[in-house]
Amino acid sequence: MKPTDISAPDYFHKVVDCQWACPAHTPVPEYIRLIAAGRYSDAYMINWESNVFPGILGRTCDRPCEPACRRGRVEAEPVAICRLKRVAADFKDDIRARLPKPAARKNGKRIALVGGGPASLAVARDLAPMGYECIVFDQDPQVGGMMRTQIPKFRLPESVLDEECQYILDLGIAFVGGKRIDSMKALLKENFDACFVGCGAPRGRDLDIPGRKEAAKNIHIGIDWLSSVSFGHIDKIGKRVVVLGGGNTAMDCCRSSRRLGGEDVTVVVRSGFEEMKASPWEKEDAMHEDIPIFNFLVPKEFTHDNGRLTGVLFEKVKAEYDAKGRRKLVPTGEPDRHFPCDDVLVAVGQENAFPWIERDCGIAFDKWDMPKVDPKTMASTHPKVFFGGDAAFGPKNIIWAVAHGHDAAISIDRLCRGEDIAVRPPPQINVASQKMGIHEWSYDNEIAPDKRYRVPHRDKVLSLRDIKSEVELGYDIELALKEAERCLNCDVQTVFTGQLCIECDACVDICPMDCITFTQNGDEAELRTRLQAPAQNVTQDLYVANDLKTGRVMVKDEDVCLHCGLCAERCPTGAWDMQKYLIDMTLAEQACQLKA
Amino acid sequence: MTYVVKPKFHHPELPKNKLGYTHRDYEGAVSTLCAGCGHDSITASIIEACFELSIEPHRVAKISGIGCSSKTPTYFLGNSHGFNSVHGRMPSVLTGANLANRDLIYLGVSGDGDSASIGFGQFAHCLRRGVNMVYIVENNGVYGLTKGQFSATADRGSKSKRGVVNSDSAIDMVGIALQIGASFVARSFSGDKKQLTPLIKAAIEHQGAAFIDVISPCVAFNNHAGSTKSFDYVREHNEAVNFLDFMTGRPPIHVDYAPGTVERVEQHDGTVLTLRKLDAEYDVHDRLAAMSFLHHHADLGQIVTGLLYVERDAEDLHGHLNTVEAPLNALSEKDLCPGAAVLDKINASLR
Repeated sequence: MKPTDISAPDYFHKVVDCQWACPAHTPVPEYIRLIAAGRYSDAYMINWESNVFPGILGRTCDRPCEPACRRGRVEAEPVAICRLKRVAADFKDDIRARLPKPAARKNGKRIALVGGGPASLAVARDLAPMGYECIVFDQDPQVGGMMRTQIPKFRLPESVLDEECQYILDLGIAFVGGKRIDSMKALLKENFDACFVGCGAPRGRDLDIPGRKEAAKNIHIGIDWLSSVSFGHIDKIGKRVVVLGGGNTAMDCCRSSRRLGGEDVTVVVRSGFEEMKASPWEKEDAMHEDIPIFNFLVPKEFTHDNGRLTGVLFEKVKAEYDAKGRRKLVPTGEPDRHFPCDDVLVAVGQENAFPWIERDCGIAFDKWDMPKVDPKTMASTHPKVFFGGDAAFGPKNIIWAVAHGHDAAISIDRLCRGEDIAVRPPPQINVASQKMGIHEWSYDNEIAPDKRYRVPHRDKVLSLRDIKSEVELGYDIELALKEAERCLNCDVQTVFTGQLCIECDACVDICPMDCITFTQNGDEAELRTRLQAPAQNVTQDLYVANDLKTGRVMVKDEDVCLHCGLCAERCPTGAWDMQKYLIDMTLAEQACQLKA
Repeated sequence: MTYVVKPKFHHPELPKNKLGYTHRDYEGAVSTLCAGCGHDSITASIIEACFELSIEPHRVAKISGIGCSSKTPTYFLGNSHGFNSVHGRMPSVLTGANLANRDLIYLGVSGDGDSASIGFGQFAHCLRRGVNMVYIVENNGVYGLTKGQFSATADRGSKSKRGVVNSDSAIDMVGIALQIGASFVARSFSGDKKQLTPLIKAAIEHQGAAFIDVISPCVAFNNHAGSTKSFDYVREHNEAVNFLDFMTGRPPIHVDYAPGTVERVEQHDGTVLTLRKLDAEYDVHDRLAAMSFLHHHADLGQIVTGLLYVERDAEDLHGHLNTVEAPLNALSEKDLCPGAAVLDKINASLR
């Protein structure tokens, strides 16, 4: 193998699994260390800069970082990264003085943002301090988009949402609420310097089966129903409720129903329980609230008594896989099952809908009627129109919307400066040895053996009584510290210098995970088989270094390294060093002046 | 010295031996020796050897004297018996323990100061008697604990860290062991575990006095230019005569040496050592030739390593003394005091 080029920005970035997996590339270990140090405001600001909505995401994020977390490969469960983010938001001081100020002088460029959700707000957050005049349009009277309309208050309190939206509005952004944009052509005529479309995927999929029309009065589309609940237009539901669908919207629907009078609430999904789209913890929370989930049942008919809904009839199916591994649901032949109910909530997916974008305005659409969007620049085929969030590639989640927002802001800024939007700014990298003394490091290198700590929940009876009462109470400071200590500090990298090595094997002997091997070089596949411990996880890189006197190479399997620094502690010559690699994604230039 | 506790987490795919242990289960406390000490590599080799042989830790007694080397038993086999004896007196304590309980595996760990100076007589007599043990000398040529004076194994003409030239001639412990009657004699290098670990395994299996001299660079006081026990010097002057394949339970993964002729050496207890001969002429059963080979190459400035001698029909101290099969410490009072009639018989036989 060729010696590893550790100066390539991606190499050590990939070792920080959580940060690499995060669409916004938030420097996770850095803020977790700050939480452990009690510096909640600093931890919050790192998050705010990177993912814009720390308090919101700390409660609602889909957590792509957690399955990636190295702790999950070393021990049973990953670090509770998401809920630690919430800790930063919960315990911070008033940070308003640390936020960027509205631009003192406007640069004369006007940007229209369609939709007041996370994607548009992220774009506006990045651009407004630079002098851009950002105008956000939304059909709803309040800002927040799906974060407000679709996420129930018992998961995301209004105060948290209002606070973090306000930080952005305070940058001097104009929010035009209650205004629906009906024509892209008309919008383009208003001579904005750029338009950003962040209107989400607003159309809930319907279920066209017998009885749908007749019993329509008690059959509701999930996201519309959640939205009405959110704005207080709906405050009760029947005693018996069936929720159709297996995504997070379905979980929000069933749990909201339990709080609005639903006593016998049931979730029914077509697929198997395991394949459900909902996050595992959301399913757990639903079941904890006495909501059973039935699987492998395909809805066949809404039964009704002269237009009054009586229940839903399901066909029992099983999964069969063809030679290509594709799943097909085939009837088992068992008798159909009838679930009697008073109300049905349909949460079987949501779709994009752009009836307001005229197809001849210069924005090309693909065969699925989705706009053609460049995933790097978020640009459409119209030079001035950009997309982001669910509007760009269909339903994802908030953290993706934020990442899209950052990318679109860079593009819009470059467009307005007359630069090529395809050229992207490289990440900012800061490398520093963590050595403080012979056995002293500037980070806590002792590995805590603790298992993942559970986040305390409010008593079930109390939380079911009020739809606005938050279920999760969040970690207290003591629990937060313990959970933070579980982080392995993967951003403190093991850096090896071959010229200094005397090949004494001290690092090999001390390494608790058998990560390090000195051996003859070979090609990667073969090398992986003859290391100190087998390196079977090919998604994790081998770090290869040469310049050794014996002509051998040092091979380190990054997979399960604890970053405990024992290799560096036991190295007599300083050939190993622990160096912190802080990788910050560059946002639209001067987006925030926090980096100094 | 390292202060953090070595994490208990281990690699999820770590191999397990017949007892279901990983090599991590054979560790002791974290070493308090200087970072990079050759002794720590020997510790790792002992751990690996015991792991691969699936030895139950409670069946091992590790006995040492005084010195850096003699501290190391703390760092391996945390669940074994241990005795940290007086300076140079490891062999007596080990002999006594072995006589009392022949069922344990005895690991004597010593250094060049402990065995070639203050305990030189003990070293000699213990080997001479054929005590069934593994006698490992962690040989760095200096007194590390007292800041690097030459020890008795430092080569004449080698330089100390401060530039002083050693004018005394060196004791070659392998030469003495061969001469005095050790039935298994080997030399290796702490920087070459591929060679060392199989040698330790073979020595553990050997029924008799097994001696291994392991050159172990002192990174603090004897790893400079002019030293003959530095990593660089030993690597350059290493003359390996053979490579031992001693693989039980685990397929051979990798061989560092070019393959040569292979010789199978059957041990007294039926175990087989596979020797990859790097020097085709070298005969591991010829004590005299071994001594001459050793001295010849020493004159050339080469350090001969490998399995240098193994006796075909080795016998240990218990064999010489014709003791009973049962360990003496397990004999009951009835066995030990068979009564007046038996005493009369013995007395009669002596008249």
